[in-house]
Amino acid sequence: MSVTIFVPRETTALALGADEVAARIQGEAAARGVEVELVRNGSRGLFWLEPLVEVETAAGRIAYGPVEPGDVAGLFDAGLLEGSNMPPLCQGPTESIPYLQAQQRLTFSRIGVTDPLSIDDYYAHDGFRGLRRALGREPQAIVDEVKASGLRGRGGAAFPTGIKWQTVLGAPAEQKYIVCNADEGDSGTFADRLVMECDPYLLIEGMTIAGLAVGATQGYVYLRSEYPLAHEIFNEAIARAEAAGYLGADILGSGRRFDLEVRLGAGAYICGEETSLLESLEGKRGMVRFKPPLPALEGLFGQPTVVNNVLSLAAVPFILSRGATAYADYGMGRSRGTLALQLAGNVKRGGLVELAFGTSLRELMEDFGGGTASERPLRAVQVGGPLCAYLPESQWDLPLDYEAFAEVGAGVGHGGVVMFDDTVDMAEQARFAMEFCSVESCGKCTPCRIGAVRGVEVIDRIRAGDNREANLVLLGDLCETMVDGSLCAMGGMTPFPVQSVMKHFPDDLQR
Amino acid sequence: MLNSTFQPWTPQLVRDEIDALKHKPGALLPILHAIQDRCGHVPHEAVPIIAESLQLTRAEVHGVISFYHHFRTAPPGRHVLQICRAEACQARGSRALEMHAREVLGIDYHQTTADREITLEPVYCLGNCACGPSLRIGDSIHGRVSPEKFDRLVDEMTTQVLEVS
Repeated sequence: MSVTIFVPRETTALALGADEVAARIQGEAAARGVEVELVRNGSRGLFWLEPLVEVETAAGRIAYGPVEPGDVAGLFDAGLLEGSNMPPLCQGPTESIPYLQAQQRLTFSRIGVTDPLSIDDYYAHDGFRGLRRALGREPQAIVDEVKASGLRGRGGAAFPTGIKWQTVLGAPAEQKYIVCNADEGDSGTFADRLVMECDPYLLIEGMTIAGLAVGATQGYVYLRSEYPLAHEIFNEAIARAEAAGYLGADILGSGRRFDLEVRLGAGAYICGEETSLLESLEGKRGMVRFKPPLPALEGLFGQPTVVNNVLSLAAVPFILSRGATAYADYGMGRSRGTLALQLAGNVKRGGLVELAFGTSLRELMEDFGGGTASERPLRAVQVGGPLCAYLPESQWDLPLDYEAFAEVGAGVGHGGVVMFDDTVDMAEQARFAMEFCSVESCGKCTPCRIGAVRGVEVIDRIRAGDNREANLVLLGDLCETMVDGSLCAMGGMTPFPVQSVMKHFPDDLQR
Repeated sequence: MLNSTFQPWTPQLVRDEIDALKHKPGALLPILHAIQDRCGHVPHEAVPIIAESLQLTRAEVHGVISFYHHFRTAPPGRHVLQICRAEACQARGSRALEMHAREVLGIDYHQTTADREITLEPVYCLGNCACGPSLRIGDSIHGRVSPEKFDRLVDEMTTQVLEVS
């Protein structure tokens, strides 16, 4: 009888040797004359255990990790195929691993469980239920469902998704578009990548529902070129979905059309900003557009366009299949549903943690993350990407909620949590924020284009002790100018990490 | 794609890629990707051909090529090695890795080793943020890259397998 073994095919697992582990398993099975069915699943997102090998047994899937290629023969000897409990690699039944069990996975319920490219697998795990529901409903009813769910854009701006869809639905036009922002450029974030690599049909389903809701027949996924595996897997998923009738001219025989294409970015952080992204999709430099007009009214090629992040669109199938209330029941205040948190940087147990809004940052970093990887004291945490503040210990008890974070000048952004231990030089981090902006600014407005360059220079003078007090005042002024005068969030938010260093870690600027 | 097997560019190759993609709305980026994937760079001589085919000015095409970090106008080395410079990797020692890489290779970012083996580039996030420092060689991402692991990877890249007849 053949035994099913799962070895992830996902960027982080591969970066840690999953392909070699898979090859060793096949070699070992062949040498021993045992029949093994090797499934390349997605990752569960428990990265400190990657490569995480799972074995299907009568008692469910048993997990082993982190498995190095050299461990494989020993695992076979010790009874891997029977799911034997062998410390330290055996983690027991996968679903009982506390890190996973303590999560509230709505969007990510399938990742790591299924073979990402198998439509049958997707279908067997509740896939396309939301799409089927949507096909039987009027566009307005779909939009109403999304509105009632309280879903807000997960890309960072947190704008209510249903309102955006309503605007596009109400805009008369021959052609409308759904554009998925998959330019996940924030350091510390990888949830979009996980969706595309580990559960690609989820995004296809979400985008198709969006198309049905607003009357758009063409979708584009704007994917960053830094994600080659996501590109490969998602393109294959589109081809298979088309062949199976889930995309194309006649979705599931309904007579409704939706086509989908991936467009590759070319290494420009600014193209995560929605108007720059649209320019780039049109084949131009990714220069920010003035708003208004809103993309919902005049977006891609001048037509009404829904621009949503991967995670926003990936939340939609659950909302349609289980109902708005089921989603809205999770969360706190005006932050409804779940948030895909990504534990990164100097963390012992890094990975994806999907939880309802409201968990405190400290719980997340300690209970899930287990503290720093270096086992040194944690000193600073950057939540929400390179344009967001560094939080000192006094702010770690904040609940993860859009409003609570906004109140202290911080942001939840795309849910990335990057931890730093006490060896970090915060002046260096402040300098990097400005340097990053100077590399990545689109150049359209002066505060961002010139301000970032001057920011690096001023911080260099401060660090060199050159006229320090006067330069600190100048840095404060420069930050204010950029916040107030920049055209978009790139220049407008670059000062946030810098200001947070000035406020919470002033000693580092005095060394 | 950051592959190591590139073809020499010809006007015909450029025209073929343009013809295959110009029907797409907003075709310029896909065309530039296609050319660079095959030749390793977008040669200056391709600019007027692209401009004419898409009815753009040369300045417009050049402006797009130079805007994006991914596109290059000179051929890279046999391997393109990108080191992640972003915050999550910084928190795990990428600054030390960068210094080590520059020292070992004897080049700075955007440069190619004298033997044309390796081009070194910065990258801002490969999405491997829980297991940094990260780097990318070709289309492969590597995690938890210590200086020792870096040396091993460079060795593997530059060691030629000798055919013994």
